[in-house]
Order: sequence, then structure tokens, then C-alpha cells
Amino acid sequence: MEAIKTAALTKRYRQALAVDRLSLTVFPGELFSLLGVNGAGKTTTIKMLCGLTAPTGGNAWLLGDSIVEHPQRAKQKLGLSPQETAVAPNLTVAENLQMMARIYGADSAQAAARTGDILCRLSLQPVQKSRAKTLSGGMQRRLSIGMALISGPQILFLDEPTLGLDVLARRRLWALIQSLKGSVTVVLTTHYMEEAQTLSDRIGIMAGGRLTAVGTPDQLMAQTGTTRFEDAFVALAAPEEVAI
Amino acid sequence: MNAFAARNTKEMLRDPLNLAFGLGFPLVVLFLLSAIQANVPVELFAIEQLAPGIAVFGLSFVALFSGTLIAKDRSSSFLVRLLASPLSASSFIGGYTLPLVPMALVQCAVCLAASVPLGLSLSPRLLILLLLMLPCCLLFIGIGLLCGSLLTDKQVGGVCGALLTNLSAWLSGTWFDLDLVGGWFKSAAYLLPFAHAVDMGRAALRGDYAAIWPHLAVVLCWAVAVLAAAIFAFHHKRRSDRL
Repeated sequence: MEAIKTAALTKRYRQALAVDRLSLTVFPGELFSLLGVNGAGKTTTIKMLCGLTAPTGGNAWLLGDSIVEHPQRAKQKLGLSPQETAVAPNLTVAENLQMMARIYGADSAQAAARTGDILCRLSLQPVQKSRAKTLSGGMQRRLSIGMALISGPQILFLDEPTLGLDVLARRRLWALIQSLKGSVTVVLTTHYMEEAQTLSDRIGIMAGGRLTAVGTPDQLMAQTGTTRFEDAFVALAAPEEVAI
Repeated sequence: MNAFAARNTKEMLRDPLNLAFGLGFPLVVLFLLSAIQANVPVELFAIEQLAPGIAVFGLSFVALFSGTLIAKDRSSSFLVRLLASPLSASSFIGGYTLPLVPMALVQCAVCLAASVPLGLSLSPRLLILLLLMLPCCLLFIGIGLLCGSLLTDKQVGGVCGALLTNLSAWLSGTWFDLDLVGGWFKSAAYLLPFAHAVDMGRAALRGDYAAIWPHLAVVLCWAVAVLAAAIFAFHHKRRSDRL
């Protein structure tokens, strides 16, 4: 069974067509990146798949559960780390993780056990008693991803997880994301080409709400006859810019 | 919902500004006006008149806390994370509202307890007054929820922190007798719930229970209307993807 399958998924805001008949398949354990310039429809697509906004057309299934017919069941299978750091600032790192575990139905003992596991996996033990607002940007993002992982999601959405981080913090997050490969299906959006090329099994490129290309970084470069992935992205996301 | 409600409680209690303004500021005003009363006796500032007014005034800070928390959750994407979770719609409203009820009641209780050494009689009427503060708590929590759903955290600071605190002070008959101004000002004040909330509390302290009901009815109507508007605004924002 596909981890994610969309069929003519569409979102229209009055006159604006944000996502136009998106048909896409993501396989279990795959790290799939969704790229596009601002306004291409990436975030709207993630929002629909996470049940944050209803599609105006089409459908999507997360491991067989429709986001239209069974949104609550679909939500149980996913974790989301939003674009901006989304942590409870006055709660400690451990409290943030426990809260999310409880929200997803864990009892106190289960929440404590899962928190211990995530603290260990994400190397957050040294700051587990620190309030989230006192952490560095990189550590807050790490916590944010931990909060998305604590429910044991089968599908993880990472919306620009390294935006605004310094090189070292970004590299550490890359290592963390790479460690998830195979065990969790990850859908990543990013504006960093190097990040997409390094981390992704496959990449989908969106432009004007449509999916213009899907493939491995090498396939996309071959398709566009380019030797740099950034050039391939420009050719596929904004063909009118190629001449510049 | 318990985990979400517990988080909201911790978020508010761990903010020192919340404690300073929520408990400290109303008490400072209480002591200050009582000191004025001790030196220049004014009937309005007699502790039986003053205590209910300060208790209601203090609740405006509860609206500020709840509004700020929700607005910050919206702006930081924390709410987006929760909306992607299986948390139900009623859990959101309950999680934001329920922790504030005991906090608001404790705030009222502290205000009344501080009034006892200042001359307020320790009697069962205080418990009745505290009970009557419950719809007032819901009213102010609703105002906070409404503002937090519609405004940014900075705007909430302006509306709840400046406008609401002043409205609940000037239009409640706590700072000055509304009869002294009279006319349209008094009429406008009694269209709003704040003067009714204070009059209700004063009637309870006098033991004039018959006088409570008309004021209680107005406060209850406002509380229900504001809470309904807040729930509608929250869900409307949620549905329209603008949270």
C-alpha cells in the first residue's frame, strides 16, 4: 500500500487555484521532497494532507485512510513539524514531548517512556529540564521534530525544517532526518536545493499549483539536461527564468 | 483535553508577568484606594463597595492572559501543530477555557481575602459573592478567547491590556459613582456587563439577595453571548485556514 496517494487533489481560494489536480504517490519509508517557489502550492498541499484545510476537489489517502472521509483516522498516522518552530515556550523540553504523547492518546506511563526514547534518539537529554524558550533555534527545531515523532507517526511532514538555521545546526538536523529514512515516510518541503538533493529519495517539483516533475535528483537533472540540481529545479519550476 | 489544558495552565502560571498583573496589580489598587478611604473617607471606597469592584477589575487581566496565549499559539504555529493532531474541536475550546476558571476564581478569592484585613466582614456572604463571580469569570475568559481568535498577540495587548482594563474600571462604578456622571454615560455603562457585575457583588455583600437577580441575568446573558461569539470566531478562523 502507498504511504500517500493523492488523486486530482485540488484547493481553490475564491479566484486563486492554489493546488490544481495534484496526483502523487509516496511510498512507505521514502523521503520525498516537495519543492517549488513561493506560492507554488507546497504548503497548501501539506495543509490538506494534514487535515488543516479541506480540499475543494479530489481526494488523498494516508496509508489507505481518506483525508476527506476519515480525517481523524488519517490524523492518527501523521506527525507534523510546521514551518515555524511550534513549541510551548514555558514548558520544559520533556513536558512538551509528554504533552504531545498524551494528546495522541498515551497514558502517563506510555508518555514518559516515549519521552525518554525521543530525548535519547534526538540527543535532547542535556536540555530535557530546560524551558523550550531558552533553547537555541536549532535545538527548538530538534524539539519540534521530536514532538512530531513522539506519537510514532507512520508519515512525517517537515515543512521547511531548517529555515533560518546556521550551517552546523542544519547539518545536525540533516543527520537526524536521514536517520528516520526507511522507518518513517517523510515528506519534506524546503527552499534549499542542496538539502533536497542530499536527503531525498525522490523529489516532486510544483509550479503554479501543479506537479511539473517527479523523480530522483539524478533523473531530474537528466530530464532537463543540466549538471547542477539547482539548474534542473529552475528549468522545471520556472522555465521562463532559464534564459536569465 | 487534559494534557492540553494542563499545558495552558503551566504556560500562564509560569509567566511572571501574569502573576504580577493578575494578582499584584489589583491588590495594589485595592490597598491604594483603601488608604485613600482611610484618610479621606469616601463612601464609594468603603471596602464593601470596593472589594467586588476590584475583583471584577482583576478579571480583565484573565482576559488578557487567555487572549495573549491563544494569539501567540496562532502566530507561532503551535496551534497548527495541534490542529493536525486528533484533538477534537471541543477539546480546543475546553482546553483554553477550563484552566482559566479556577485561576480566575482564585484571583477573586485572593482579592476578597486581602479585603478582610482592610475591614471586610468574614461571613458566608463572601462565598456567595465568590459563586457570583463564576459567570463574570466566564465572561472575561470569553472576551479573551474572542480577542485571541481574531487579533494578534500585540493587538490583544492593546485591546485587553489597555482598552478592556479601562472599560471594566471606568464603566463599572468602581472608580467613581456612575450617578455622578449620569445621563448617557450611565446608560451606556449599564448596557455593558461590568457595572452589573459589580452591583451584583455589592448586593451579595449587603445580603440584598433580591437585588442580585436582575444584574446576574444581564451578566449571564453577556457571558453566554461572548462565549458563543468566541467559539464561533475560533471555529470560523479554523475553517477559513487563517489560524
